[in-house]
Amino acid sequence: MTIYLLKRFLEMIPTFFGITLLSFFIIHLAPGKPTDLLSEMNPKITPEAREKLEQLYGLDKPIAVQYGMWLKRVVKLDFGESFSTDRRPVMEKIWDPEQPLLDRRLFVTFSINVLSMLIIFLIAIPIGISSATHRYSLFDKITTTSVFIGFATPGFWLALLLIMLFGLHLDWLPISQLKSMDYDSLSMSGKIWDRTRHLILPVFVSSFGGIAGLSRYMRSSMLEVIRQDYITTARAKGLPETKVIYKHGLRNALLPIITLLGLSVPGLIGGSVIFEQIFGIPGMGALFYMSVMMRDYPLVMAILTIGAILTLIGNLLADIGYMFADPRIRVK
Amino acid sequence: MKRVIVTFLLLSVIVFTNNEGMAAETSGMASGALEQPAYGDAIVAALSGNPSVLIPMLAGDSASHDVAGLIFNGLVKYDTDLSVTGDLAESWEISPDGLVITFHLKKGIKWTDGVEFTADDVMFGYKTIIDEKTATPYKGDYLQVKKAEVLDRYTFRVAYDKPFAPALTTWGSLVVLPKHLLEGKDITKSKFARNPVGMGPYKLKKWAAGQEVVLDSNRDYFEGRPFIDRYIYRIIPDPATQFIELRAGGLDRMGLTPIQYKKQTDNEFFRKNFRKFRYPVPSYTYMGFNLRHPWFKDKRVRQAIAYAIDKEEIVDVVLFGLGRPATGPYVPGTWYYNPDVRQYEYDINKAQRLLKEAGWSDTDNNGILDKDGKPFEFTILTNMGNNLRKNTATIIQWRLRKIGINVRIRLLEWSAFINEFIDKRRFEMVILGWSLGFEPDQYDIWHSSKTGEKEFNFVSYSNPDVDELLEKGRRTFDIEKRKKAYYRIQEILADELPYIFLYVPDATPVVHSRFKGIKPTTIGIGYNLHEWYVPKNLQRYSIKP
Repeated sequence: MTIYLLKRFLEMIPTFFGITLLSFFIIHLAPGKPTDLLSEMNPKITPEAREKLEQLYGLDKPIAVQYGMWLKRVVKLDFGESFSTDRRPVMEKIWDPEQPLLDRRLFVTFSINVLSMLIIFLIAIPIGISSATHRYSLFDKITTTSVFIGFATPGFWLALLLIMLFGLHLDWLPISQLKSMDYDSLSMSGKIWDRTRHLILPVFVSSFGGIAGLSRYMRSSMLEVIRQDYITTARAKGLPETKVIYKHGLRNALLPIITLLGLSVPGLIGGSVIFEQIFGIPGMGALFYMSVMMRDYPLVMAILTIGAILTLIGNLLADIGYMFADPRIRVK
Repeated sequence: MKRVIVTFLLLSVIVFTNNEGMAAETSGMASGALEQPAYGDAIVAALSGNPSVLIPMLAGDSASHDVAGLIFNGLVKYDTDLSVTGDLAESWEISPDGLVITFHLKKGIKWTDGVEFTADDVMFGYKTIIDEKTATPYKGDYLQVKKAEVLDRYTFRVAYDKPFAPALTTWGSLVVLPKHLLEGKDITKSKFARNPVGMGPYKLKKWAAGQEVVLDSNRDYFEGRPFIDRYIYRIIPDPATQFIELRAGGLDRMGLTPIQYKKQTDNEFFRKNFRKFRYPVPSYTYMGFNLRHPWFKDKRVRQAIAYAIDKEEIVDVVLFGLGRPATGPYVPGTWYYNPDVRQYEYDINKAQRLLKEAGWSDTDNNGILDKDGKPFEFTILTNMGNNLRKNTATIIQWRLRKIGINVRIRLLEWSAFINEFIDKRRFEMVILGWSLGFEPDQYDIWHSSKTGEKEFNFVSYSNPDVDELLEKGRRTFDIEKRKKAYYRIQEILADELPYIFLYVPDATPVVHSRFKGIKPTTIGIGYNLHEWYVPKNLQRYSIKP
């Protein structure tokens, strides 16, 4: 088993470099340069000034050289400086040491995603099981229909409607951002309550679509399991139905969920551009989107690299999870 | 996505004002005579992006300039009638040959850290902006300076090789930096960019990246302590969310979209609680021909297309009437705007006659004009995310179809649009806009020497008369002579139509009605921010310093 893990780990290294190489070249293929923001369609700029800018950013060098320089820094865990006008180190933008932990971009996105993932699992799995065990019942039909409606609802539209309802007409919840303007003057419990109130709508909206997908997944996985012979055997033994479903059925039906969990690891740091835009939340989605639009290569590459590492780790974790959960794989 | 592109476009705004415009029409409550000015309260505004750097000469985005504009001042600024007036400068002299400008600075102005502002700070800022290591897009104007010198503590002099009329206004808020804090430091990396010290009406108190920027009033501001104690910018990217925040009381001012101005704020609630303003901004939207294209080389074709487009209709439909048809590259109401140029009111017969003269007719009766066997078909390019331009293109497509011209519309992402199509001249027709501030010099856009790659006369317009007039206009400080040159340029452009000038949009800001002392003028409402106040009984926030 140790050898298997070691092999898996070694395999990840070339994969990782392959991913960064591809990402690096692909983002440089997109038309435009980081200096465009300052120089495009700005009659005040002279050609010399534009060249100067490009030199300052190292954009005059061949792209292979640029990749080499980037790689040299990254192996030392240095993602370099952002190409935006503030020239801040990229890591400071993602994880700003000057700000409280709760306000750092990575943390904001991570906490929203973890919360909404918890909600998705807590709601979707029971829904999936019940619709499988009560297949074609009224409950199944209702959940199936509502799940599809949920799946088809555009997130930004739902978000705006909810903001209007709860933020404006009922005035129960704040409309945007992470905290209120008077946050600093609040007591400790007041601060916690303030942040919680601000998180309710974003977390709800971002879990909304996910519930639909996962519950369908769970339903079909469960349906497949309860058709198996060992379930019939369990029933034939005279076990109570709850035990059949939850002990024998559920444990097997959950296996594919491990894969899903592994795949969702990189998603934990990828914020949704749309929700962050609408709710005015300073998270990773907004940062990544802006960095792509401005062709801020170091920042784009840093986020892609972190994403790549998490994807690889997620896959590894899923494999390890399978090894523990499924004896068939362990034997191989 | 729309906001991002709007931000990109705003970059071409010349950085001289605070991005506030002038005001013509207001509605809502007028300020009562009994309400006394009082200190206190806060004003909450929205930024659609996170500012990147608060040093004006380094900033490229409009959010940064909005905030930095409250912190820094320049030597000169525009007065409400668009003449140039002193800001940090008490007065200035221009030598008779127009080559030397001598600024006399106001005495006793202090940076917010208590150190006095002197001519050395201007010199330091000038040296910084022309420094090779300073990554700034605004260098060009300052490289024209032949010699800059500090004559004494309060006198600063610059000399030019040739008289350069726009030079005076370049000594706005871009160049003044505190020497005592920055000397010997690399400003692109210094902490100053995130924690600046200026001498403007407000000073930075707190900047939580991605969330809010809080500024407190500068009690020693040299034009008088601002009445409003605090200016809060909340970073809210989505315009729909901004509007809901405004409605719920979370914002005190924002710029409205045409539909918000006309429809969504047309109710009792807004009339009672807000004051709307409306005034033309110094920018215009145009349809530009590729003048190297054989069809568009013919002036008659360009004029025919102009007759076939109903500008009033575009303003009514696209802008909900919040703007006016453009007649040339300048905004009505400015001293250089010429109202008496050739106009092209919608006239389908004139359009058809001109096209016929130019050799276009429908020989095969398929409804599309043709010439030498080629149908009259072309593509209008414009950037993605700007609905006003997209809708304008759609109306033009429909109108031109009526005279037998088949138009396709293609929307492109900004960077790809500029790099792959504009720069390489791979276009037939584009819809774009210019935001050029209040300086009438448009040498870079119309001069025939500016047609190279990455230059701004990308439609390849060339007219020796216009070249000469542009040269004349920027080489004299005499307003009457300049006016004459720019009047003539407008006449020529209106006749030759390298662009079809479509419309000048209005700025449509809204401010909560508890703020008094707002006096709309030609340069907008923001110029006298330090005089805005909220009467004691109406104050909403109590500010503890």
